[in-house]
Amino acid sequence: MKALSHLWSGIKRGSLPVYSLIAVVFLLTPIFYTIIFSFNKSLRRNTVWNSFTLDNWTNICARQDLCSAVGNSLMISLISTLIATALGTALAIALVRYRFKLRSTVNFALFLPMATPEIVMGAGLASLFFNAGVGPGFVPTVIAHVMFCLSFVVVTVKARVQTLDPALEEAGRDLYANPSQVFWKITFPLLLPGVLSAALLSFALSFDDFIITYFNSGSVNTFPKFIYVAAKGGVPAQANVIASSVFLLAILIVLATQISSHFKRKRLQHIK
Amino acid sequence: MAGELSVAGADLELIDVRKDFPGFTALDDMDLHIPAGQFFALLGPSGCGKTTTLRIVAGLETPTQGRVLIGGKDITDTKPHDRPVNTVFQSYALFPHMTILENVAFGLRQRKVEDPLAKAQAGLDLVELGHIGARRPQQLSGGQQQRVALARALVNRPSLLLLDEPLGALDLKLRRQMQIELKAIQMEVGLTFLHVTHDQEEAMDMADTVAVMNKGRIEQMGSPEALYDRPKTAFVSRFLGQSNLFVGKVSEENPNSVSIEVGGAKITVDKKRAEKHTGTVAIGVRPEKATFHEEKPNLGADHVLIGPGEIIDIRFTGVSNQYLIEIPNIGEITVFAQNVGKSPVVELGAKVWVSWKVEHSFGLRDLPDGTEDLG
Amino acid sequence: MAFAAFGSSTPTTKGQTKSGRVVLALLLPGLIYLVLFFVIPLVSLVLTSLEAPAASGRIGEYVPGFDFGNYAYVVTKYWPQIARSFGFAFIATIIALLISYPLAYFIGVKARPWPMLQRMLVTLVIAPFFISFLLRTIAWKQLLADHSPIIEWAHQVGFLSPSQSFIGSNAAVVFGLVYNFIPFMTLPLYTSLERLDTRYLEAGSDLYASPSKVFRKITLPLSMPGIISGTLLTFIPIAGDYVNASRDFLGSSNTSMIGTMVDADFLQNRNYPAASAMSVVLMGIILILVTWYVRKSGTEDLL
Repeated sequence: MKALSHLWSGIKRGSLPVYSLIAVVFLLTPIFYTIIFSFNKSLRRNTVWNSFTLDNWTNICARQDLCSAVGNSLMISLISTLIATALGTALAIALVRYRFKLRSTVNFALFLPMATPEIVMGAGLASLFFNAGVGPGFVPTVIAHVMFCLSFVVVTVKARVQTLDPALEEAGRDLYANPSQVFWKITFPLLLPGVLSAALLSFALSFDDFIITYFNSGSVNTFPKFIYVAAKGGVPAQANVIASSVFLLAILIVLATQISSHFKRKRLQHIK
Repeated sequence: MAGELSVAGADLELIDVRKDFPGFTALDDMDLHIPAGQFFALLGPSGCGKTTTLRIVAGLETPTQGRVLIGGKDITDTKPHDRPVNTVFQSYALFPHMTILENVAFGLRQRKVEDPLAKAQAGLDLVELGHIGARRPQQLSGGQQQRVALARALVNRPSLLLLDEPLGALDLKLRRQMQIELKAIQMEVGLTFLHVTHDQEEAMDMADTVAVMNKGRIEQMGSPEALYDRPKTAFVSRFLGQSNLFVGKVSEENPNSVSIEVGGAKITVDKKRAEKHTGTVAIGVRPEKATFHEEKPNLGADHVLIGPGEIIDIRFTGVSNQYLIEIPNIGEITVFAQNVGKSPVVELGAKVWVSWKVEHSFGLRDLPDGTEDLG
Repeated sequence: MAFAAFGSSTPTTKGQTKSGRVVLALLLPGLIYLVLFFVIPLVSLVLTSLEAPAASGRIGEYVPGFDFGNYAYVVTKYWPQIARSFGFAFIATIIALLISYPLAYFIGVKARPWPMLQRMLVTLVIAPFFISFLLRTIAWKQLLADHSPIIEWAHQVGFLSPSQSFIGSNAAVVFGLVYNFIPFMTLPLYTSLERLDTRYLEAGSDLYASPSKVFRKITLPLSMPGIISGTLLTFIPIAGDYVNASRDFLGSSNTSMIGTMVDADFLQNRNYPAASAMSVVLMGIILILVTWYVRKSGTEDLL
């Protein structure tokens, strides 16, 4: 009887970790699948495991159209990340640091794009460009990407600005730094982690975007568009290689920052 | 070391300074002069305008009207980074992304002073933290951060050092210790210190001159002793220590004294210790200046005597006993009696008379809140 | 309230005109962008949705007008897609919430003693963001294709009748939607649970509440902000998604959603007014639902 109740409480205590493990494995399954199939010596379609090969990795640009699509994607993401991060950071600083009329209206207006389905934003921009007589293409795509990244940048940077003690900037002014010196020597370095994670998020959103891009890019191919079109006939293993390397790179960056901040914190506690 | 850092402080003058915020006035036509080299405390409850005053001097706020002069020079329109003033912030505001040494060197680097690191090191040595220059602010205790903030301000040799509740975040014991150190450093470097605090003990302990602020105005200014001995307003009499206040119409006035009538008793104050001689006047006395008697004493005209009343509460605080006495038609009076073993043994409910020397009475300029002018 | 302005921070107190200029300089570029490329596109969408076919009668040519007929047309023709989109979004959001909550609770509350583990788990939850959304979905398509081990097993156990395919069914689309949007649900839940003060839970059990009562009366209400933002962040994009439902991914021609029709009308049929009307309908229903939901849960300040 006692053993049974022990067993029961053990299950109860163990069930949440076990459940979480299963949930995480579930989340990771397609990632493993994608990475594994980047090593598949595929025949026409990369759907059935054939045999192990490194050819896809050594020969990424075997599909010229894939490589140029990835190039376009990188370019679009890079440019829109830069613009969205600059615009969004300025908005975030203004929204946290200054009280002005219509502040809550601006806050709400910046929330709206996040509450708008991609298809609506994509079709809306496409109809604007169409009505304005501007054909879809590279520039409209960048404009669209900046738009949907903007709100996410504002939200991310705002959180960081909120943790920044205004007295630090005042101390800078008090210690003979003029307004631009205060910004570059104090405000910006302290906001940098937030700005960087906003940029990273923005890059990830932009690089992976399909729907809005599909409506506004016209003949400009991007990586997600390439996959979407290829999905009909079969996605080449090189696409898996690209996705896997982007994934591994991103995960490495995240893990490295986490581990370093963990040890930094540990060291601080230690000295105290 | 200290010799290198010490400079003659400059005097500070506020002329007719007013600061309006949307909806209310934080500072109301304030005039203030702080002589060079003084340790000056602005004391008051939160919201009284003391921090606003300090921020106006630092240049972090612009006054709605009025001028600010340091060493005779008008700096009202000077930007904070061009003012010969440094601040020790309430939260210390040490830059978390710089080492302690870089924090202290920040102002020196901004002004392109030669050899900033050596001077910063000297500043850290002054506050006895020379060994932790390589650490980060997060790694220091509150007391250490406070001293770094002080060093960061002092190394710039400002004409005027502003301290915004600098000890507010420290625990009581550390606060008392830092009070002594701060005072010692001020004496050593000879700067003008403007210290803002809500802690009356801190202000009384350190400052040469204390200005008590309330609702955007300076209520009274003077040495700690003078403020305590002769408060001039009801607010000051209660914010600095405790007071028993009596309000009544003047019943008698002669060349030396003024008396009022309260509930049938006569309460007298020396004329030179009274701010107001006619109409309705408030007269006060400190609880430790009053004594009580179990039998009606026979006292001359140099004493005030009221009673009889009833002891309604007794508190033992160690050093003294505090008695609360209710006197019909007059009200409640607090009396402190030193705990020296020979004070009368009284119990709750005992019938007593209260007396004090006329020379200990003080007459106020205004009436306590909630009392009416008796016409 | 007045005292707040005495604090060290309120920027209203700085030189009013100067700070006004700074705010304007910070706000204007972003706000102009927002108006140009968010507000005006929405207006353009509404205007396009009211356009009438041009007299020339050529495909893809329309003239400005007030033709509400486009709305009648899309609602009568596409009501199954509209119903399916919101039905899928509703079911998938609830399933995602049920799957995410225990996971977020474990990471945010139970894993607190091990900050390193906590951060690793958060990284793993957001890991899917770093790999192509489309490839992830294709991976499931292949993992759950006919003759795949999982489906063979499902046939054997009887979850699926012998001749039934999983891919192409409504269930497969909902499965894909749930999978793809779980991180959007888990992250906000985690953020609010991570801040949950466990002393409240202790106080609750100290005051004779059973574990399930503690959960219902304390944990759940305190994590409400996370639940609201998680469900919004999941429901809205799901209602507009059409990749999972596409026949090249997890769906079939019988699983099309609103997005499928907008895509077809806009990019293939060049029936811009119909596509726009459809988008406006989608946006309108979402706005109504979100407003109702936010009102009902009493967290308007959350926005």
